Amino acid sequence: MSQTNFSPWDDPNGKPLIRFDNVTKKFGEFVAIDGLTLDIYEREFFALLGPSGCGKTTMMRMLAGFENPTSGTMELAGKNIAGVPPNKRAVNMMFQSYALFPHLTVWDNIAFGLKRGGVPKQQIGTRVEEMLKLTRLTKFARRKPHQISGGQRQRVALARSLAKAPKLLLLDEPLGALDKKLRQDTQFELMDIQESTGTTFVIVTHDQEEAMTVASRVAVMDEGRIIQVATPDRIYEAPNSVYVADFIGDVNIIEGTVKPAGEDLYHIDWNPNQAPLLAASERPFSDGQTAHLAIRPEKITISTEQPVDAKNTAKGTVLDIAYLGNLSTYYVQLEGGQIVKAQTANTRRLSRRSITWEDQVWISWSATAGVLLDQ
Amino acid sequence: MNIRRFVLIAVPYAWLLALFFIPFFIVLKISLSDLALAIPPYSPTVKDGILNMLSAFDFENFTFLASDDLYWKAYLSSLKIALISTVLALLVGYPMAYGMARAPDEWRPTLMMLVILPFWTSFLIRVYAWVGILSNEGLLNQLLLWVGWIDAPLAIMNTTTAVYIGIVYTYLPFMILPIYAALDRLDESLIEAAEDLGCSRTTAFWLVTVPLSRNGIIAGCFLVFIPALGEFVIPSLLGGSGTLMIGKVLFEEFFNNRDWPVASAVAVVLLLILIVPITLFQRNQQRQAEADT
Amino acid sequence: MRRASWFNVTSLTLGFAFLYLPMVLLVFYSFNSSKLVTVWAGFSTKWYGELIRNEAFLDAAVVTLKVAVISSTLATILGTMAAYVLVRGGKFLGRTLFSGMIYAPLVMPEVITGLSLLLLFIGIGLDRGVLTIVLAHTTFSMCYVSVVVSSRLVTFDRSLEEAALDLGCSPFDAFRLVTLPIIAPAVISGWLLAFTLSLDDLVIASFTTGPSSTTLPIKIWSAVRLGVSPEINALSTIMIGVVTVGVITASLISKRRTVKAQQDLQAAERGIS
Repeated sequence: MSQTNFSPWDDPNGKPLIRFDNVTKKFGEFVAIDGLTLDIYEREFFALLGPSGCGKTTMMRMLAGFENPTSGTMELAGKNIAGVPPNKRAVNMMFQSYALFPHLTVWDNIAFGLKRGGVPKQQIGTRVEEMLKLTRLTKFARRKPHQISGGQRQRVALARSLAKAPKLLLLDEPLGALDKKLRQDTQFELMDIQESTGTTFVIVTHDQEEAMTVASRVAVMDEGRIIQVATPDRIYEAPNSVYVADFIGDVNIIEGTVKPAGEDLYHIDWNPNQAPLLAASERPFSDGQTAHLAIRPEKITISTEQPVDAKNTAKGTVLDIAYLGNLSTYYVQLEGGQIVKAQTANTRRLSRRSITWEDQVWISWSATAGVLLDQ
Repeated sequence: MNIRRFVLIAVPYAWLLALFFIPFFIVLKISLSDLALAIPPYSPTVKDGILNMLSAFDFENFTFLASDDLYWKAYLSSLKIALISTVLALLVGYPMAYGMARAPDEWRPTLMMLVILPFWTSFLIRVYAWVGILSNEGLLNQLLLWVGWIDAPLAIMNTTTAVYIGIVYTYLPFMILPIYAALDRLDESLIEAAEDLGCSRTTAFWLVTVPLSRNGIIAGCFLVFIPALGEFVIPSLLGGSGTLMIGKVLFEEFFNNRDWPVASAVAVVLLLILIVPITLFQRNQQRQAEADT
Repeated sequence: MRRASWFNVTSLTLGFAFLYLPMVLLVFYSFNSSKLVTVWAGFSTKWYGELIRNEAFLDAAVVTLKVAVISSTLATILGTMAAYVLVRGGKFLGRTLFSGMIYAPLVMPEVITGLSLLLLFIGIGLDRGVLTIVLAHTTFSMCYVSVVVSSRLVTFDRSLEEAALDLGCSPFDAFRLVTLPIIAPAVISGWLLAFTLSLDDLVIASFTTGPSSTTLPIKIWSAVRLGVSPEINALSTIMIGVVTVGVITASLISKRRTVKAQQDLQAAERGIS
């Protein structure tokens, strides 16, 4: 994949396709988008991720032209698009409900936008066939939307919104209505289509796995603000806040007071009965500052004997075990009462579990396993 | 606001203002005028000048309504007839709606069609159908005489009983449909839960089914009560001269006595009476709509 | 699984007997050869012959149909506009009054509607006739149309309209190409309802008619006031017959459609697995 060296956001001279500059959107008293600034680049697969009501759908609807910002500017390819109606924008949208016209065939649904644009008849035919091929729907061209399956409908919606070759395609929870198995297949299909058409995609989703899988960059949103914008691996491994760490994946949060312990190293006092923890952090902390150490469960090792050379260790009792097939998660209650999740991969089949309920265990992790966060 | 939106709103708005809203003010105005031997048969008119017209207004017609016990009796008897008919329609309609809601799924579209079908047939003809049944030498009396239950024909035609039958018969679909809609939405596992928790079938019906179909019952009752109150065709055709109902009085006042001011006053009072049930009905519908969302 | 209990079967049987027996008897006695309607004197279709030869009834039928077609078409256009305004119109001056005027005629006693319209027509000096009946019928039936259409519009997935805009439609094109075809069944039932209401109306037509334009219900009314008439029985039978055939056809069509849609969906789901 070419994605390894695709990073226009790191280029200081890069020109964004979309630029939000201090955009605010209010519905009456309710602030849906709060002073949001964001650049999205051409050919990006950009994901807006957040819980429902975080403003991600409002952002998408502003891009499509169904809502106008209360203040701030919104640019598409260098032009201010505030006030331009949706039918005059080079932006198309794939709706969450798909919004397929029930009275038109698959073919006519895909041709709908082309016909409105005054494209010559011959070209419409060619373009529709091309789209049908791309989405593997050629066989179903004469069917009505209610005569095809959910997955096929999803592909019709995609073909219809791509037919006009928009500069920007908006996808509102595009896979939300599909079952899990189909969703995973479709994710890869979406990525292939995005790459082969070279269209910029902005996807709205509340499903973190989906965002992580498809996106080149993810924006985590909450209450109308963007909390962090980064590539999926940075979002997961280097969250900038407890909110992001907690929203993406599973995490243990340990609160404590920071004491410097060498270059980029800090001790965290978190429990009077336990030894301080050691954590590395590039972000500077001052002596005595309150901080949160975020550690992913899979970065924590669990053992029945005290590890010798680990930087951080703690003793506890196994409270609960969640067996997930490929993984097992252990809920370990430490002596101070805190519960920590540790995860191990079940790499061997039929191994007798060496750790069980009520066992005394040791958990340990390295100094770089966790991320130290100030908020 | 763009021009298209303006036209879209303005055309139906203007139509309703001109042909629904303004006519009421005319009724109100005439109800405050006096009877005159002229065409139109009332005075003052706008031709007399606005100020003269306003100063000549009085409540004479309304005091007349209050003093003549014909009108009082007509209003009260309309209320009584509408109320009793509504209760009767509920007693007939609820078991039917309940039976429909409990019927096997494949029967339901047919049952539904059977309830709606009378609604599409002429109201007048449906009322008329009872004339041949209820009259002295009618089919019902013939049947009863033949069976030997009675010795002389029953006088049902031209009594309030005939009016009750007519109202229940013609408005029954209005009672059944909302109750059926409410019962159809009722989750059957609720009744099973009630039985599981120790209710008998009958107590489960009174404690679960009836309260949950309450909005349907209320809607159905108002849908029968409101039109029954101002009904004209049924009392005229089945009730005869002995039945007093305000719709009939209004019609006769207007066409037979040509007393437009009094007819208008009768209409204004009828509207005032109707405001109460209509507001209650609206409130019930709103509550229902809120509960649905 | 639902089972029909004795109580339910009995109440449904008695209830439907109550609803249908009077009409069945009416139809039955329309084939009675005796003038005395309640005495059966043998099968005959002579009252149908008399009815067809009765020009007054034919004239009234023509007037009624003319009024019904024009008023229901006007009512459908105005009612659909009003429904669109109610559901999609957003805020505008006098919105409460507007929705009040839509719902009020539904619960208004016909005598009052008729009286008020008559007084208006006299006030502005409009001669009473077909035109005034059309105006009156359009006014009250547009409210019924608007209730039927707006209940469809409320459940209409708004994103379909947005998708049309998104794909380059002007708002008017979006309505013409997407909304209208989809809500068409509701608009058609609105028209049918308006048509039936107009055919059926006696009271409002009595107020707003003129001497030259008698509608069928007025004609029937003046006949039945004098008691049962075999000609009216024949006329009723024809009207009941037309409605019954219409309603049964409509429900068969809609049933076939549902079944077909289900089959299509099953076929589609089998197609992918």
